[in-house]
Amino acid sequence: MSYLIEGKTGTWEIVVGLEVHAQIISQSKLFSGASTKFGGEPNSQVSLVDAAFPGMLPVINRECVAQAVRTGLGLNARINLQSRFDRKNYFYADLPQGYQISQFEHPIVGEGSIEIELANGETRQIGITRLHMEQDAGKLLHDQDPTRSFVDLNRSGVALMEIVSEPDIRAPEEAGAYLRKLRQILRYLGTCDGNMDEGSMRADVNVSVRKAGEPFRTRCEIKNVNSIRFVMQAIEAEAARQVEIWENGGEVDQETRLFDPSRGETRTMRSKEDAHDYRYFPDPDLLPLVIEQAWVDGLKAELPELPDAKRARFQADYGVPFYDAGVLVAEQSVADFFETVAKGRDGKLAVTWVTGDLFAALNRTSRTIENSPVSADSLGKMLDLIADGTINGKIAKEVFEDMVETGESPDAIVEKKGLRQVTDTGVIDSAIDAIMAKHADKVAEYRSGKDKLFGFFVGQVMKETKGKANPALVNEALKGKLDA
Amino acid sequence: MLTGLTLTQAREGLAARKFSARELAKAHLDAIARLNPKLNAYITVIPEADVLAAADAADARYAAGTARPMEGLPVGVKDLFCTKGVKTTAASKILANFVPPYESTVTARLLDAGSVFVGKTNLDEFAMGSANITSAFGSVLNPWQRKGEETVALVPGGSSGGSAAAVAAGLALAATGTDTGGSIRQPAAFCGIVGLKPTYGRCSRWGTIAYASSLDQAGPMTRTVADAGLMLEAMAGFDEKDSTCSNRPVPAFAQAVGKSVKGLRVGIPAEYRAPGLSPEISAMWEQGIAWLREAGCEIVDVSLPHTKYGLATYYIIAPAECSSNLARYDGIRFGERKDAATLDGVYELTRAEGFGEEVRNRILMGTYVLSAGYYDAYYLKAQKVRTLIKRDFVQAFEQVDVLLTPTAPSAAFAQGENMADPVQMYLNDIFTVPASMAGVPALSVPVGLDAKGLPLGLQIIGRHFDEETVLSVGGALEAAAGFAHTPTLHAEAGA
Repeated sequence: MSYLIEGKTGTWEIVVGLEVHAQIISQSKLFSGASTKFGGEPNSQVSLVDAAFPGMLPVINRECVAQAVRTGLGLNARINLQSRFDRKNYFYADLPQGYQISQFEHPIVGEGSIEIELANGETRQIGITRLHMEQDAGKLLHDQDPTRSFVDLNRSGVALMEIVSEPDIRAPEEAGAYLRKLRQILRYLGTCDGNMDEGSMRADVNVSVRKAGEPFRTRCEIKNVNSIRFVMQAIEAEAARQVEIWENGGEVDQETRLFDPSRGETRTMRSKEDAHDYRYFPDPDLLPLVIEQAWVDGLKAELPELPDAKRARFQADYGVPFYDAGVLVAEQSVADFFETVAKGRDGKLAVTWVTGDLFAALNRTSRTIENSPVSADSLGKMLDLIADGTINGKIAKEVFEDMVETGESPDAIVEKKGLRQVTDTGVIDSAIDAIMAKHADKVAEYRSGKDKLFGFFVGQVMKETKGKANPALVNEALKGKLDA
Repeated sequence: MLTGLTLTQAREGLAARKFSARELAKAHLDAIARLNPKLNAYITVIPEADVLAAADAADARYAAGTARPMEGLPVGVKDLFCTKGVKTTAASKILANFVPPYESTVTARLLDAGSVFVGKTNLDEFAMGSANITSAFGSVLNPWQRKGEETVALVPGGSSGGSAAAVAAGLALAATGTDTGGSIRQPAAFCGIVGLKPTYGRCSRWGTIAYASSLDQAGPMTRTVADAGLMLEAMAGFDEKDSTCSNRPVPAFAQAVGKSVKGLRVGIPAEYRAPGLSPEISAMWEQGIAWLREAGCEIVDVSLPHTKYGLATYYIIAPAECSSNLARYDGIRFGERKDAATLDGVYELTRAEGFGEEVRNRILMGTYVLSAGYYDAYYLKAQKVRTLIKRDFVQAFEQVDVLLTPTAPSAAFAQGENMADPVQMYLNDIFTVPASMAGVPALSVPVGLDAKGLPLGLQIIGRHFDEETVLSVGGALEAAAGFAHTPTLHAEAGA
């Protein structure tokens, strides 16, 4: 899907690459035993290593390495069996060591790719350049005191993955699709919770513009954007700013910028002249990180099914339409719910109920799939009652609403309310007889050729049986009596 | 008499109840009280009550028959090792009042072996120096004096100058040192004691304040080679808290001393015959060669062709690492802080006032060599040369078992000498730096006095993790030399 900017001097294309910082899910930090839990009292989860006390040394957390490898595998990327940690040196109050330990030159994961899907159904491949591990910094609190700032080091040393894309993105919508897809993959893998509002996933956005066929022009980096919507807005705003500069004969400066969502614009954070010289060099406290292919293979064998594969399987195994399958796999919990409902049952019926009545009920009751008022097992049982003819589809709606309200099992509700479908032909016959007697005029009209009245008779019979009559039996019996 | 013992003698005396650990500790505290004001070997002396309590506990263990290898032995600790509840300064103003809430792995092991710590010894600030003149708490005086020039104050060498002076003068039976480019061996040579830099990775670096992480290594400073083996046994071993620490088993090092050295091949590296080497040092080296030949060693000429790049390479890599290692001293979380209007102002003032000139020099050098545009020409090239230096040693050790060289190019010099030009000072490390760059073990043994009565040391360098052969050869050299001199300033020198 092309996103082009019509300027005074012609049409501009945008070029975007994303660097996503994703917090690794782990019990303890990348190089220390301190907890990584979110929301603790300030400075309650800080080891002497995190606070960079004299003589303290980092020791790599094996689980964090496993998480990075799992993520690399999930991104179809090359896993580097030998990687290395470097020091990125700069002074700031949230950085106790005076350097961040990061994989600068030799990352643990190399090239990979992500397939994104756009609103019009098109798909595109976005290249992944690399993924590396690094330490997060602490947090500065500026609003606690009128004259002083405070430092919370709980986050200091928490493991991050920096996932760098190729400059393959050509539209704000693509950036959004890329981030959603990446987040989906990370959540499926269980390597990052993807909660942007808690800061566990943030994006640096590199934006430039160019005319068709040109090489890349100077780019600007917009730092630390913390929602997908803001990423899309920031790209639009920044691209428009750059087009205006170029068209007015100016020159875009390579610089680091910040996005101000309230004003919808980006502004300078650091110009190129003020750029840090990070003086990267290999961290002498750590040996090169060497992992075994067999270990990687073991992690690969235990990877969960990823969204693309699951979607394809839902289509193949359950006959779920492509679009619906996409909706179902968007979140693993929904996919799992669906699969519990659909397993061994009519897949198409299952998807209709899940994406239709269930989603509507969740919406209405402001619940999520995790605390759904109707469990997947219950919904499955209800489909069984439809399948074995205990209830018909119409009654099922009633049963379902009762399930949402009371949380009771469908069997109990059917029994309690006496909703069992009527299949006794004697009962149906007498109901038909009563209706035909009551509407003798309509019977005459029907018999004189007004076929359309058949539906009227069905409706009346269903009403007479309070909706419980088996529709197929009603049809059959009616036909016999009317046409007799 | 108690302050003149070796660790081994003291251990035997304690075990035989000839004297108590309390008496031994008290003798050392008295000696410190008498001589430390002059020598300035200790920055911090442990309060008497604490020292005596530790000694009493040791006496109880001797009585109960549960004495450990270092039980009751008074030891000095270089003030670079973090000691729980005991001020640890790195001889820097920036850590002037820092009291660590943790114990370094090496000192924890020494305590577990029964050692009684008597104090924290002086050093060059952050272990940067070769004369112990950069300490924020004043220079250390070498207890040795030149004959006929008794008023000239001599340096003890550095950076472990306080440890060397304390052991030489009877203010501790032994002391810990750290060696980055010669900081154990050169002061040991200047003060007439034994100093061992183990293989890189032999002792944990956890809790030791870092100077240059890829080079720093803790080691013992003692009066005899056997003592060095005994003490290293207590200090060494795997530590999961230091990723660069080796998990090899710790041999019984002390048993290596006294083993026959017959048939061992001793290499004499041609490149160490540096021009300008003092004739006295040269002669002492020849003497050492002769002693080892007499002990049955085969003497082999070898070449370490990249030796001449050792010092230059060292003075790129060590400052590069230190510029980053010392970034944490920013006044924010611990140590001394100077307040200012801005964060950058706090950094600038705190660090300008907290660090001495030599430390500032090295941080600047290190920052420079890592900077964009200079990294390849300096740091990267130095790393490549370091690989070549290491290869020199590996190749030499295909032909020989150990190398024998002088420890330092001169005897102890006077305070004020070699001070005008930092490069002149750096030249002190010319013989010690290559082994540091290669990570191999090296031992300095006192072998004689020069014409002015100052001690001279020879250095034995061995294969990676082969401290045992180094100690064996060191023991043979020690036996042949029979060095029994003590300095003028000594606890037992009839003061």
